[in-house]
Amino acid sequence: MTTSTGALREATGTPLGEPVLEVRGLRMRYGSTDVLRGLDFSARRGEVVAVLGPNGAGKTTTIEILEGFRMRSAGDVRVLGVDPAVGGERWRARLGVVLQSWRDHSKWRVRELLHHLGTYYAGYSTPERRRPWPVDDLIEVVGLAGQAQQRVGRLSGGQRRRLDVAIGIVGRPELLFLDEPTVGFDPSARRDFHDLVHRLTDVDETTVVLTTHDLDEAEKLADRIVILAGGRIIADGSADELSRRIARESEIRWTRDGNRYVHSAADATRFVRDLFRQYGDGIGDLEVRRAGLEETYMTLVRDFEAGRSASAVSAFEEAL
Amino acid sequence: MSSIGTAARTGFARGGIELRQTFSNVTDLWTYLFPAVLLVGTVFFMRNATVPGTDISLGARTLPSTFGMGIAFAGLMTVATLLVTDREDGTLLRAKATPNGMSGYLVGKIVLVGGMTACSFLLQLVPGLFLVDGLSVDAGGWLTLLWLVPLGFVATMPLGAVIGSVIDSARNLGLIMLPLIGLVAISGIFYPISAMPGWLQGVAQGFPVYWLGLGMRSVFLPDASTAAELGHSWRQLETAGVLGLWAVAGLILAPAVLRRMARRESGSAVAARREKAMQRPVG
Repeated sequence: MTTSTGALREATGTPLGEPVLEVRGLRMRYGSTDVLRGLDFSARRGEVVAVLGPNGAGKTTTIEILEGFRMRSAGDVRVLGVDPAVGGERWRARLGVVLQSWRDHSKWRVRELLHHLGTYYAGYSTPERRRPWPVDDLIEVVGLAGQAQQRVGRLSGGQRRRLDVAIGIVGRPELLFLDEPTVGFDPSARRDFHDLVHRLTDVDETTVVLTTHDLDEAEKLADRIVILAGGRIIADGSADELSRRIARESEIRWTRDGNRYVHSAADATRFVRDLFRQYGDGIGDLEVRRAGLEETYMTLVRDFEAGRSASAVSAFEEAL
Repeated sequence: MSSIGTAARTGFARGGIELRQTFSNVTDLWTYLFPAVLLVGTVFFMRNATVPGTDISLGARTLPSTFGMGIAFAGLMTVATLLVTDREDGTLLRAKATPNGMSGYLVGKIVLVGGMTACSFLLQLVPGLFLVDGLSVDAGGWLTLLWLVPLGFVATMPLGAVIGSVIDSARNLGLIMLPLIGLVAISGIFYPISAMPGWLQGVAQGFPVYWLGLGMRSVFLPDASTAAELGHSWRQLETAGVLGLWAVAGLILAPAVLRRMARRESGSAVAARREKAMQRPVG
């Protein structure tokens, strides 16, 4: 027994330091309501983790606990090796938080505000991470060069969100939290934002934890997706792993003799093989689509909710 | 630690920038000018009246009293208002998300409110000097200003911060505006306190407004004017004593209340407030 564990440890190699984020048995209870019922997950350096889930699933509560803005009821949480409940200013300087803004700092000019907020980080600069981000570079990176001297209150919704992102990363964080980052973005601003996140993770090895309702965005950005429902994690893995696990039927489209055909099959490969065996060169315009993250997500949440009502029914029957 | 020095420096910078911003928009300029116009007008109409039973000009008596009132208003009302609106719009949450951001925020607010008060003070003093005779500041007066103004702020700002932490919506700020105006009315700012019934005089002397008004009169008026004061004296020891007690009370109370308020700030708290404010009927 001991030898096999030893061999396993040797095979996986020595761990590369602590994970950036580690959550064990996280619980949150408001009064008599359990909002989080024992979450376990972690994130490695440079990883992008998307937290998905229906409204009221506990996404925001989870993020706020990790940010140190909310006290948890139970469980072990380590963010950059520190318990966020007691994280000091030095810890705070290593984090970035992109907040949903409203109308704060409306009298400030964009460059003035970013420069000012950057000065708080100057004392926490390290040789590996020069803090803060030079303000003009930062403005360029988030695409606000044309608005540098504009008042914050006069920015459009999308520009304002880009400023929020700039404020979140001005201290060159090791870990960045994004709560619904692209709400109100047009498609091109969204694409720019995705490029920016990739740049952060590639160049700076920033770990990113984001919540979103946009499944397409999660699929594009995230290395790992954590799906929360009813205060529990019901799935954790890459978009690909999740859709494989659900093993939904794929959709197959083709044409033959000028007619269009559509068919759903659990084993698409086998179906296509049979199709060609039968008709050979008569098949044209072949398309096979595996269920995307959206279908996977819907199935997972639906199954979870069905399961929950089923367990409620059984509990009810037991009570009788 | 150097980070605390950074926070203090950033806080000063922050206060300076925000103070400059108050000169570049109509709303803020109006809040400087409106009280000044109102006050100078009041003093103008009082210029020939005297305090009953004396030959002390009522205008000359009122002007310094209102400087005292100005400190109390700035320390209590302006601080509370800034805190409530900054909490509502998420400014405070941003400060919380920034290392040493809260310290920087508080230093910035103190600089801002101090600066705004000084500007209002000049806007009222300069035209006032042309309208009323008998205002002068001697060496003792300057010395009094040196301890009275900081003490006045320390006696009121922490309390203003406590009020701003307890009140959760800009709409409820009126709840403290009314009692404050009532307090000004009984504190001998616009009319000598000796005209009030004894029990009201007692109430007024428990609060900082009366003492700030008295202290400012002691700075600008000749000593003969004590004839219109309680006890025929500037009672500087008592002034320092009462203001000192309020300062101690505020400084004991404020950190805990502020910390509790800050601890509760989160994205969802700001979102909930935004939701509520959006539903608020316009006007």
